[in-house]
Amino acid sequence: MRSFQDKLSELESRGIRVVGISVDPPEVNRQQSQKLAYTFPLLSDPKAEVIRRYDVLHAGAGPKGTDIARPAEFLIDSNGTIRWVNLTENIAVRARPEQVLKAFDERERGGGN
Amino acid sequence: MKRKWNWPIWVGFLVAVAGVFSYGFFARYPTTRDFPWANLLLLGIGTALLVVGLFRAFGRPQLYRGKIFGSIFTAIALFLGAFFCYEIFYVLRQVPPSTGAPRVSEKAPAFTLPDQDNNQVSLADLLSAPASSASTAKANGVLLIFYRGFW
Repeated sequence: MRSFQDKLSELESRGIRVVGISVDPPEVNRQQSQKLAYTFPLLSDPKAEVIRRYDVLHAGAGPKGTDIARPAEFLIDSNGTIRWVNLTENIAVRARPEQVLKAFDERERGGGN
Repeated sequence: MKRKWNWPIWVGFLVAVAGVFSYGFFARYPTTRDFPWANLLLLGIGTALLVVGLFRAFGRPQLYRGKIFGSIFTAIALFLGAFFCYEIFYVLRQVPPSTGAPRVSEKAPAFTLPDQDNNQVSLADLLSAPASSASTAKANGVLLIFYRGFW
């Protein structure tokens, strides 16, 4: 997520909003986003309802066997349609902002909306 | 005759241990995180030096020290290396398949969740509001990043 903060201006200049979602409560998100100087919102899904809705639950992988989200990235266009998905097979390997920018730019060039 | 200091054992052990414990540092950069080659390289160099040191200690014990502590250090380094490889090549890859996740060209499931300041934020809000007050670009989509959390 640090890499997305670093490239945030490039994403925002294309009109893309970046949003994080995890099971952390808002207080933890506030602390972390202040500490790490994140300027995009971190949303809180402590019961993992939205995480389940997107089928990105990692059951029992959190502290004391709680359910958390697995890493996953979805690029959604302004109509609410999913345009790019990244479901990693390795927790340590996350999407890079360059991949998102490339996917977005290729679609723009391809004559999307 | 006083036997010589068997430096490859000490240096090799320190390099191998550094290879494991520097994971937190190298994981901060995608190029050394996606595949932890820097850690594995340090582990490899450390192990090679330990082997050199052991050959000296066992091959010419009258000249070099380190038969006992060299063996202990090598065992510890190998254990740490095995643990590291187990974590990297097995544990980190235990990710659920997410076969029911929404796919490209499907509608993104709607949601409303509180942000870090306890404001309720919906996907519809995010899709209609401009990306930032600083940017003049019109709203052009949302990148949702699900992450494991800080806890």
